[in-house]
Amino acid sequence: MNFLDHIWLIPLFPLFGAVVMLILGRRFDPQAPSDAALAPGLVESVEDHGHHAIGAAKFLVSLLCPGMVLLSFLLSVGAAIELASTAGKVHQVIQFTWLAGLPFHRADGALARFSADWGFLLDPLSSVMILIVTGIGFLIHVYSTGYMAHDGGYYRFFAYLNLFVFFMLMLVLANNYALLFVGWEGVGLCSYLLIGFYFHKKAAGDAAKKAFIVNRIGDAGFILGMLLLFALVGSVRFLDVNAALAGRAPETSFGVLSVLALLLFLGAAGKSAQFPLYVWLPDAMEGPTPVSALIHAATMVTAGVYMIARSSALFALTPETSTIVAAVGAFTAIFAASIALVQNDIKRVLAYSTVSQLGFMFVALGVGAYWVAVFHLYTHAFFKALLFLGAGSVIHAMSGEQDMRRMGGLKDKIPVTFRTMFIGSLAIAGVPGLAGFFSKDEILWQAWSSPLGSKSIFAVGLVTAFMTAFYMWRLMFLTFYGQPRMDAHTAAHIRESPISMTVPLSVLALLSIAGGWIGVPKLWSVFGDGFRAFEHWLEPVFAAAHSAEEAHHEASVEWLLMALSVSVAVGAILLARRRYLSKAVQEEPEAEAPGLLHKILLNKWYVDEIYDFLFVNGLAKRGGTLLGRFDSAIVDGGVNGAAWLTRFTSRFSIWWDTWIVDGLVRLSAFTVKVWSYPVRLVQNGLVQTYALMVMAGLAVILGYYMSR
Amino acid sequence: MHPVTTVHYLVVGLALLLIGTIGVLTRRNIVVILMSIELILNAVNVNLIAFSRHLQDLSGQIFAIFVITVAVAEAAVGLGILIALFRNKETVLADEVDLLKW
Repeated sequence: MNFLDHIWLIPLFPLFGAVVMLILGRRFDPQAPSDAALAPGLVESVEDHGHHAIGAAKFLVSLLCPGMVLLSFLLSVGAAIELASTAGKVHQVIQFTWLAGLPFHRADGALARFSADWGFLLDPLSSVMILIVTGIGFLIHVYSTGYMAHDGGYYRFFAYLNLFVFFMLMLVLANNYALLFVGWEGVGLCSYLLIGFYFHKKAAGDAAKKAFIVNRIGDAGFILGMLLLFALVGSVRFLDVNAALAGRAPETSFGVLSVLALLLFLGAAGKSAQFPLYVWLPDAMEGPTPVSALIHAATMVTAGVYMIARSSALFALTPETSTIVAAVGAFTAIFAASIALVQNDIKRVLAYSTVSQLGFMFVALGVGAYWVAVFHLYTHAFFKALLFLGAGSVIHAMSGEQDMRRMGGLKDKIPVTFRTMFIGSLAIAGVPGLAGFFSKDEILWQAWSSPLGSKSIFAVGLVTAFMTAFYMWRLMFLTFYGQPRMDAHTAAHIRESPISMTVPLSVLALLSIAGGWIGVPKLWSVFGDGFRAFEHWLEPVFAAAHSAEEAHHEASVEWLLMALSVSVAVGAILLARRRYLSKAVQEEPEAEAPGLLHKILLNKWYVDEIYDFLFVNGLAKRGGTLLGRFDSAIVDGGVNGAAWLTRFTSRFSIWWDTWIVDGLVRLSAFTVKVWSYPVRLVQNGLVQTYALMVMAGLAVILGYYMSR
Repeated sequence: MHPVTTVHYLVVGLALLLIGTIGVLTRRNIVVILMSIELILNAVNVNLIAFSRHLQDLSGQIFAIFVITVAVAEAAVGLGILIALFRNKETVLADEVDLLKW
């Protein structure tokens, strides 16, 4: 089979699954969707009679939906293998012209016609993305069959999840910005639907709306950027855009390309939760945990990183915007990490951790190390999905409890979850040998050494790495170590998750260990070139962006920095161990550090409150009043003015009608009436008068003829 | 003694016409008015017969007989109307019947 020419099949399978579920799902699912989609774990009591609820129909759903994603994954693997053997490592399939626009004058005066294909582009970058999306997507689908087994709306969940995979694949496989935007909005929609999955909870509905609205801000930037790009280049196809930009020299000042890149970055910041648009992601944790793992950690939120990596030819020309990207990324990384230090909700810690790690990716993008950003995206997808799924497993065991202050000592009770999360935490902390180490270390090194990087960005990254290791191990120590702090009822119900959940965890744990071994530092030349496969694989995509001469640095500096980051990570773990394994904190974690800084961090720097004050209440509400006044004064004023003018002119009209038109009519009537008075004297009713007149007339006629 | 010529007859006819016309125009009693109309018709008859004799053509006399016939019918209808009028208005005077005006 020729996989490359049948790329369109890859997104088709999940779409099929979603459509089948949405049309027929209700019949498959014995539970009515309104059957109060209870939080997972709260349904533990149902478990006894839950087994016969999982009928054959439900089994069919569990088979169909993950199966569709598995098929996509197999096709993706086939396509990636075939792609490796092609010469240019770029394969474009255009199915048909999807949007055909009218001719349009480009910025340079030439005539161009806006058109967007329904077409797919498979190159090393998109091949990595589809493998992540379908691979991790499949694992999370399998996990969900266990995690969501007792939830209402089982089919609905899988329909949305499959729909999400479809849109995500459209996003990463699109061959132009317009089609990418279709996937971009589609994943946004699925994100909205899944955050609000427990729609009977107000918090979930609010979080869904928040995610949707905040993303709109970024999308406005994306659309403007896309249109500006078309006005400049005359095409939105990636290959055409890259070809058109290839000859240009980098901008030395903040020119039109920098504006364009900044607009695209605004879109990416919305989708990938960068400051100041990150606020929706922590709230998105209201959704089911597998959704947090798939959409809000591994795939959708990395769409912004993918999009900028895809536009690397443009960003390579705009050093000013790249600096902004790196600065925003670094600030987001340290800002979110600082919040994660004190959060007590296990999923919120991971949510802020995701924001922080995304910041790392943007740092890599900003310093021009595009392949490193994609590498971190790839390793992060493994260990963050693992951590979220592990957290889901913990919540499952804890009957829905998410507060780490009421956990503790779970290590031996749920061993598989513990061991896999242990690996995940080591990976994200940056312990050498695990996936997170390689990508994070490469980012720090690039931040130090790249011509676009700087020492201060490196320093921020190093502090963030310290915080990352600290908050992750705080989570581990509070959750798994020490003494149990849950109530007796919950404690009695703790049990390891079913095999459908532990197997994906184990697979992801393996990947979190081994996933990084294809991107080891250049320094470790002893391992040979095969261990640097990731960079080589992506080289053709970012070839254009790598024209800048790589600065030469001493190997000893790199060794030193690597040792520094490792010691920082290990130091943070030890510090967390000392602090959170202490008897006082273990017994009463509520009382930890009542300082002012702690309070500020716990309240997330009051950013939500500031936004509420400035935008929600300030702009929206007060602006609404202002708009209301504008409406009643200007808009209504215009309408009322027109009415007044009509009434004014109508008076003249009335006058004309009464006196001129009616006057003429009445004048003619009056004339006739006046003349009737003498005339009607003739008709007096006396027959003899009439006879006389006949005689007189006769006489006149006779007289006339006789006188002739 | 002068012979009686056609002109003499015509003068009689003219006299009858004038008497009749003046009667129609001046008398108040409708019965008299009807009688005056008879005079006018007979003035015509005199003329018809005078010319018939003058021109030695019988058709004038035949025409006169027709006129007499029509006059009878007309008198009958007129008197009928008069009786109907009298029953309604209790009058036979023309100047007291003036309903046919604006």
